[in-house]
Amino acid sequence: MEAVSNFLASDLFYRFRKSPVAVLAFIVTAVLVLSALFAPLIAPQNPFDPGSLNLMNGFSLPGEPNQFTGEIFMFGTDDQGRDVFSTILYGLRISLFVGFSAVIFAMVLGSVLGLIAGYTGGRTDTIIMRIADIQLTFPAILVALLIFGIAKGITPPSYRDEVAIWVLILAIGLSDWVQFARVVRGATLVERNKEYVQAAKLIGRKPMAIMLKHILPNTLGPVLVIATISLALAIIAEATLSFLGVGAPPTQPSLGTLIRIGQGFLFSGEYWILLYPALTLLALALSVNLLGDWLRDALNPKLK
Amino acid sequence: MTTPLLSVRDLVIKFPTRHGPLTAVDGVSFDLAAGEVLGVVGESGAGKSLTGSAIIGLLDPPGHIASGEIYLKGERIDNLRAEDMRAIRGRRIGMVFQDPLTSLNPLYTIADQLIETIRTHLRLSEREARKRAIGLLDDVGIPAASRRIDDYPHQFSGGMRQRVVIALALAAEPELVIADEPTTALDVSVQAQIIDVLKEQCTQHGASVILITHDMGVIAETADRVAVMYSGRIAEIGPVREIIQNAKHPYTSGLMGSIPTLAQEEDRLVQIPGAMPRLSDIPPGCPFNPRCDKVFDKCRVHRPSLIPVENREVACWLYEDAEAKGAAL
Amino acid sequence: MTEFSAQLDTPLIQVANLSCVFDVSKPWLNRVVERESKQFLRAVDDVSFEIRKGETLALVGESGSGKSTIAKMLVGLLEPSAGTILFDGQPMVIDSSERMMELRKRFQMIFQSPYASLNPRWKVADVIAEPMVVLGVEKDSAKIQARVGELLELVGLSAADGAKFPHEFSGGQRQRIAIARALSSNPDFVVCDEPTSALDVSVQAQILNLMRDLQDQLGLTYLFISHDLSVVRHMADRIGVLYLGALVEIADSKELFKAPQHPYTRMLLDAVPDLEMTGRQRKEVEGEIPNPINPPPGCTFHPRCPFANERCKGEVPHWTETRTGVVACHGVEEGRIPAAEMVR
Repeated sequence: MEAVSNFLASDLFYRFRKSPVAVLAFIVTAVLVLSALFAPLIAPQNPFDPGSLNLMNGFSLPGEPNQFTGEIFMFGTDDQGRDVFSTILYGLRISLFVGFSAVIFAMVLGSVLGLIAGYTGGRTDTIIMRIADIQLTFPAILVALLIFGIAKGITPPSYRDEVAIWVLILAIGLSDWVQFARVVRGATLVERNKEYVQAAKLIGRKPMAIMLKHILPNTLGPVLVIATISLALAIIAEATLSFLGVGAPPTQPSLGTLIRIGQGFLFSGEYWILLYPALTLLALALSVNLLGDWLRDALNPKLK
Repeated sequence: MTTPLLSVRDLVIKFPTRHGPLTAVDGVSFDLAAGEVLGVVGESGAGKSLTGSAIIGLLDPPGHIASGEIYLKGERIDNLRAEDMRAIRGRRIGMVFQDPLTSLNPLYTIADQLIETIRTHLRLSEREARKRAIGLLDDVGIPAASRRIDDYPHQFSGGMRQRVVIALALAAEPELVIADEPTTALDVSVQAQIIDVLKEQCTQHGASVILITHDMGVIAETADRVAVMYSGRIAEIGPVREIIQNAKHPYTSGLMGSIPTLAQEEDRLVQIPGAMPRLSDIPPGCPFNPRCDKVFDKCRVHRPSLIPVENREVACWLYEDAEAKGAAL
Repeated sequence: MTEFSAQLDTPLIQVANLSCVFDVSKPWLNRVVERESKQFLRAVDDVSFEIRKGETLALVGESGSGKSTIAKMLVGLLEPSAGTILFDGQPMVIDSSERMMELRKRFQMIFQSPYASLNPRWKVADVIAEPMVVLGVEKDSAKIQARVGELLELVGLSAADGAKFPHEFSGGQRQRIAIARALSSNPDFVVCDEPTSALDVSVQAQILNLMRDLQDQLGLTYLFISHDLSVVRHMADRIGVLYLGALVEIADSKELFKAPQHPYTRMLLDAVPDLEMTGRQRKEVEGEIPNPINPPPGCTFHPRCPFANERCKGEVPHWTETRTGVVACHGVEEGRIPAAEMVR
């Protein structure tokens, strides 16, 4: 309770309230995340349960009664009579799950490597940061494609669909750790020379304890900012991979998969199968990105 | 009565915050005569640097002058447009800051910067300006000035840089030089040199000086008069010698006692309990009342204004009677 | 301090021929391209001294004098390049051996900046308890809590302040917290590295008084590092003056101020502003500190010294015993430097 009231009284919350963009972005993000979480409760049908589908409902126009069954679908249906609104809700779940997991993976990996590089310095630092530099010369999506390809090559075909999501997370996470490592290393270089770290060294604390208990908590501010911005990028990366057909399988479609499927119908006039998933992706990526931008500005002491 | 060179009247500087405006400088008034060196001393947060910044029109936003007036030779300067103020800054008011690197542009040679300043404000040819620049550097004690003038700031040591800044401040023959902690970033042995140069050069060029510092020692060596600031107000103002030897305001005398000196033999330093209040909770009445050992009821309620005592002014209710007596005489 | 005068003669700290050399070379590639050789900075050069139990030794010097480097080596934060440090007869090594962890309980440090020396994410109570917990001085959490409260009260704060975060305190209060932390493992020896240079004068007086009271109360031994001679005069029993990494004079505090021997000491004293307005005529201080990477040969002070002669330019001076202590100066040794005026 104290933490909550402290937060409500904090400068951060004050600045949040004063920024309409941030509030709007937060509301959109929250609505999307909540509807993904509670998709089974909200969605009119389970689009992946063949029993709940009615082929007669195929290609229903959005918001109009179906010519055969008279049912109304807010966002229309696809060729098999799947409610697009429901597929979007379930697709959001996959997109957000992959995005969050990939960012957490990248954050943990990057922070640990950045801490070690910054604190130990010397050769360890050089090796870690050179690897990071090399990886940074390739576009992240290319790195993800490469990792995805390798992973696909080494998994037996019967497991591919099951592990696809996890491979996706691994691929996006590995392509994204570098910026966490850089930011944490930079903060660590500053913090490790501060006198409170000297005071801890003086009483013989081990490097591990100093890194985790003293330095890490003081690097969390910038990490949080990077994580938010990365989340938007990870969601887009996932959508890109899925759109290219190498991401989430059609049995577990993410927003990207839905867009890929939808574009096949675009030229025959069934625009809604593409349009609504694309708008949802846009809203999600944009609002998360705006939140990240706002957070970066709000936590930047120079702009205060 | 002659017009003072600089006159600050009831200066109030406020910072808007989400909890309402904070008053960082609250009703500061003083006069500065031509050729005079006024020391402004106080602890961090006392408002001394803000007062200096307000005079040269360089208050960092969101800080702003909420009320009060500043006159330079009788002409009001606190409400000038930015470009008019720019013409005064450098030409009529020179500046010396704590960190010489903030006053010098690292990308230009000393010659470039000095000549530019001289030619912006004085009608001189390039050659004459250069000659004048070398002369100025010579005056502030830069060896081989004619050769070193073409060096970049980073080629000078900290003390030499501060000498260059003093030369730069005096380049356009200003009437007033504001020096904000000019020696704080320097080594002890260099500090003394810079104080000497500053004082000597300003006297020679006939410039008045406002010397802002936390170091009473620097003031003692340099200033004619001193204003002691506390919580954004002047606690006591008067001739340096008298204030150092016989402070009237309880804060000033506590401050003087707390400075360790080379001569003293006693074991304990005088200490003032507590610390200066934050701007957000300055107590009513006299801001020093919670720390004062001579406090009485009136101090907690009414704010004292500067009361003339002998040849100085003290903002303390202890001297209220002295004023009455003075009036009776 | 008088109660401890009986033990004054046993040195608690013995420092012999301590040196610290930093490699300040440019990266390898730059050196190859620019054809430069490696560069070294002798931050501390062959320094020896002792600190007796219960006394305060002050090391005074300007920037680049190596005073903070010595402080760091004394508490094991920096490995000496050469020389030995004995703590109560035991060698100081940087490792986590049991012997060393036992030794770590006995020394502590108070740092210069009260803003950087407390972890901003830790509660004050945790900051103060850390040395106690890590060094195993106290294991029972109720006792730790009680001890933290005692320590807070000892340094003039209240026990309830432990629940707050450092940013809720002023600079002076934070330095009190840092002192409480330093005392938490019950050390004998505390290194104070410019403990008041970031504070305002009126707060400085509080902290200096507190440190003296604690010394009397707990029988602490201090190494006090400062650039400010008037602060040092107030705190120290003996004073060592450092110039460019080397000690140039060690003397009894009172004697040093009455009769400074080394020309550098005299210059430093002359540079102190005269607050008493005695009208003391200050001598012009000459020059600035040279680049420590290429220090002058012979006596490093000779380019600024009014008494320097040919010998000073070529030959490094060694210790000469004087009436007041020891001094490293050819001029004093040869007796060609006029006696210092004893005005103060």
